[in-house]
Amino acid sequence: MEDMLFYDRMQFAFTITFHYLFPQLTMGLSLLIVYFKWKFLRTKVDTYNDAAKFWMKIFALNFAMGVVTGIPMEFQFGTNWAKFSELTGGIIGQTLAMEGMFSFFLESSFLGLFLFGEKLLGHKLHFLTGFLVFLGSWASGYLIIATHSWMQHPVGYEILENGKFVLTNFGALFSNPWLLPSYFHNQAASLVTASFVVAAIGAFYILNNKHSNFGKLFLKTGVIFGFFASVIVAVPTGDLVAKNVVKYQPATFAAMEGIFKTEDGGSEIVLIGQPNILEQKLDNKIAVPNILSFLTYQDWNAEIKGLNEFDKSVHPTNIPGLYYAYHIMVGLGTIFIGLLLFAVVQLFRKKLYTTKWILWSLLFMLPFPYIANTMGWYTAELGRQPWLVYNLLRTAEGASPTVSSGNTLFTLLGFIGLYLLLGLLFLMLAGKIINKGPELKNH
Amino acid sequence: MELFWYIVLMTMLTIYVILDGYDFGAGIIHLFFAKKEKDKKAITNAIGPFWDANEVWLIAVGGVLFFAFPTLYASSFSGFYLPLIIILWLLIFRAIGLELRGQINNTLWHTIWDKAFGVASLLLALFFGVALGNIVRGVNLGNVVNGVSTHEGHYFFLPLWNTTFSPQAEELGIIDWFTLLLGVIGVVSLAIHGANWIIFKTNSDLNTKLKKVIFNLNFVLLALVIVSILVWHIIEPKPFHNFIDKPWLFIFPILTFTGLFGLFKVKSFKKDGIGFVFSSLFLFGGITTTVASIFPKVLPSTNTVNPSLTLYNTAADSYGLGVGVYWFAIAAVLVAIYMFIQYKVFKGKMDDIGYGDH
Ligand code: HDD
Ligand code: HEM
Ligand code: HEM
Repeated sequence: MEDMLFYDRMQFAFTITFHYLFPQLTMGLSLLIVYFKWKFLRTKVDTYNDAAKFWMKIFALNFAMGVVTGIPMEFQFGTNWAKFSELTGGIIGQTLAMEGMFSFFLESSFLGLFLFGEKLLGHKLHFLTGFLVFLGSWASGYLIIATHSWMQHPVGYEILENGKFVLTNFGALFSNPWLLPSYFHNQAASLVTASFVVAAIGAFYILNNKHSNFGKLFLKTGVIFGFFASVIVAVPTGDLVAKNVVKYQPATFAAMEGIFKTEDGGSEIVLIGQPNILEQKLDNKIAVPNILSFLTYQDWNAEIKGLNEFDKSVHPTNIPGLYYAYHIMVGLGTIFIGLLLFAVVQLFRKKLYTTKWILWSLLFMLPFPYIANTMGWYTAELGRQPWLVYNLLRTAEGASPTVSSGNTLFTLLGFIGLYLLLGLLFLMLAGKIINKGPELKNH
Repeated sequence: MELFWYIVLMTMLTIYVILDGYDFGAGIIHLFFAKKEKDKKAITNAIGPFWDANEVWLIAVGGVLFFAFPTLYASSFSGFYLPLIIILWLLIFRAIGLELRGQINNTLWHTIWDKAFGVASLLLALFFGVALGNIVRGVNLGNVVNGVSTHEGHYFFLPLWNTTFSPQAEELGIIDWFTLLLGVIGVVSLAIHGANWIIFKTNSDLNTKLKKVIFNLNFVLLALVIVSILVWHIIEPKPFHNFIDKPWLFIFPILTFTGLFGLFKVKSFKKDGIGFVFSSLFLFGGITTTVASIFPKVLPSTNTVNPSLTLYNTAADSYGLGVGVYWFAIAAVLVAIYMFIQYKVFKGKMDDIGYGDH
């Protein structure tokens, strides 16, 4: 029984982590492509249109990966989490079905027109189809986060005697206090990913002395969008999601921050340290006093509850994992803001394109927004454990009762193999597109 | 309310089969009949801008099933675990076969993805037919052994096959001779359907040949359908009782046969779209006839301990189903608009509007 659950969890974690590598670029990049196209309509400078076209190629490839890895997600609630689906389907089924009906149809109907219809439609309509694809992908993110928010902070439900959750208030799903901060945080974070990707390719072209005018455009766009997005990720949105966690999941917050014991006279903020679960303390700690109390409650001396105040049965199951995930995300976020600030300053001093160390840093930063996004989701999901629906339904109670571990391990191995192949193909083909570069005018 | 959502779900399922069915069919035709690069291009262009949106119908069917009939979703998805995951893998192969082929210009590369697309389409058609067979045949709900349920009465698990391949064995498998028969019907009927689509949407040189193929396959299909009706009562002792109770339901089998017999005239159709209409009728009639014959059951039980799953005992709560109507109505209108735009822009023959050459 125990390892049956283990493989179900591994499979879900693996497939969703892989899936989310793609939508995070889709959502951010669709905005940037719409921006390029809009600039072209305004200025009629061909470079913008060619830039949009170039990114559309990467977008198409990335989108295809997102679609093929997304469909398994939708099925897995039923295949691996049957009990969870049976009990809560009347509620989370709402938002998931809405996602299919409202956003996936929108995206997929107009994607074909967007990718192949430029000549057929003319530039204005082409811009419109791009905008609709953008809208679809952001709506998709919204409805998924609405689903996820309900699992983190259930609202508008009633539990029947047979354990079933029934919806009592449809509107509550969308006025869930967890939803909007989480949504904007997530969307800003996906824009961070897209901006870094665009900037990194720009830096690559400049360092390589190839397609330099595109390199400059990409670099400039990526750096500016990336800077604003990175700031928004931290304040107000990161701050707001963290406050939600303090309010609704205080034990999770204590574990995220590595606070084992409530401290008198304000909590310090931990920069580095290793959680030591045996002795319930942090080893090798470097911390700044009172900052955490201030950030959380705008009061230097406010009390933040430590893990010692909560019963062991509600402690997150994987405290070190949660702590590291959170600190990696926040640490990277800080680095992003710092680096992009330098880049923006150099841009305004008209020195960005020649400041080698920034170009190299931006190039090497490419994987890190992906890591930060993934760590953010691990923070959310590990923080919710041992619950599937916070405080109401335990993960162990949600798995499929009849699917044995042998079968789950079989499909998990299959997914690992298949996704490895997909990942390799993606890198190879994306590399080819990038290497070829934006096509210069040929008509 | 349950009945409303049942009808919605079945309608969406049929739309899915008719739409993505032609994609699968095109894949099967591609596998067996497309030898020249030109023919392959014609076939992939015929489904090019559509297949992705068609596949969304599957996701939407899954979503609505999850939302309106959560118990059925949970029970059948976990019970049919392995074939469903295999279907997912096949869908992945089909999609990347289509999407990645054109990325690199190399014969070896093309061959790999052509085969991935063709074989995945063939197996998908087979599996969907097998799935329909499983639903008609029913499953051992609650995994009853010696008269005792080993699980809650609405859960079960089926291996891919048992050693006897018999639909009446004590321990059932997903694949037995009955479900396999429906699987083969799936392959043949979708191959015909896909061929009709290709004829409809392209000026390909293949078209004349495809008409012959449709004509011949139609005999096979007719024979298979007759056999399946003959063996049906072995599986379900009173297969027609719903039809006898409500004679208007006979419209569905009549549509099936209209589609089937209509296709025998494929060589003399004046317009290229007519064949597609007939094969759509066949699919529509086939699915509706099948689900009507087990109505109101949605997953029959093969034991006497646990009752069959019906649309009533698997539905979500009434408040949720009620509010769902509002957003669903809006979404349905939007989807209709998108489809209208899509098919309007890509109206006529794909080669005439120059789709695919860029
Ligand atoms: C580029 C990526 C990125 C960066 C730099 C940050 N985040 Fe984040 N964070 C995410 C990407 C992300 C995410 C992947 O998008 C998550 C997962 C769930 C969600 O809605 O957003 C998330 C979740 C998440 C959560 C968990 C919410 C929950 O339990 O559901 C908290 C508390 C924070 N973030 C707080 C922060 C703070 C204070 C940051 C300060 C800089 C920060 N994040 C930077
Ligand atoms: C709204 C979308 C999401 C929903 C509804 C959702 C739901 C779930 C469910 C049902 C589980 C299984 C139970 C468990 O082991 O915790 C789970 C686990 C998990 N999910 Fe999510 N998830 C979502 C998004 C994500 C994303 C985007 C990621 C990562 C990029 C993610 C990462 C994980 C991980 C790592 C686990 C395993 C946690 C563990 O093993 O302790 N989730 N989630
Ligand atoms: C467990 C949760 C999830 C499920 C069930 C799921 C389901 C799906 C499905 C079925 C698709 C393919 C849609 C198509 O054919 O067009 C898809 C793609 C997509 N998903 Fe997910 N997804 C999940 C998690 C997420 C998360 C957490 C996000 C973002 C916040 C997200 C955003 C998207 C977007 C934007 C797409 C469009 C395709 C792409 O961007 O590559 N999904 N998802």
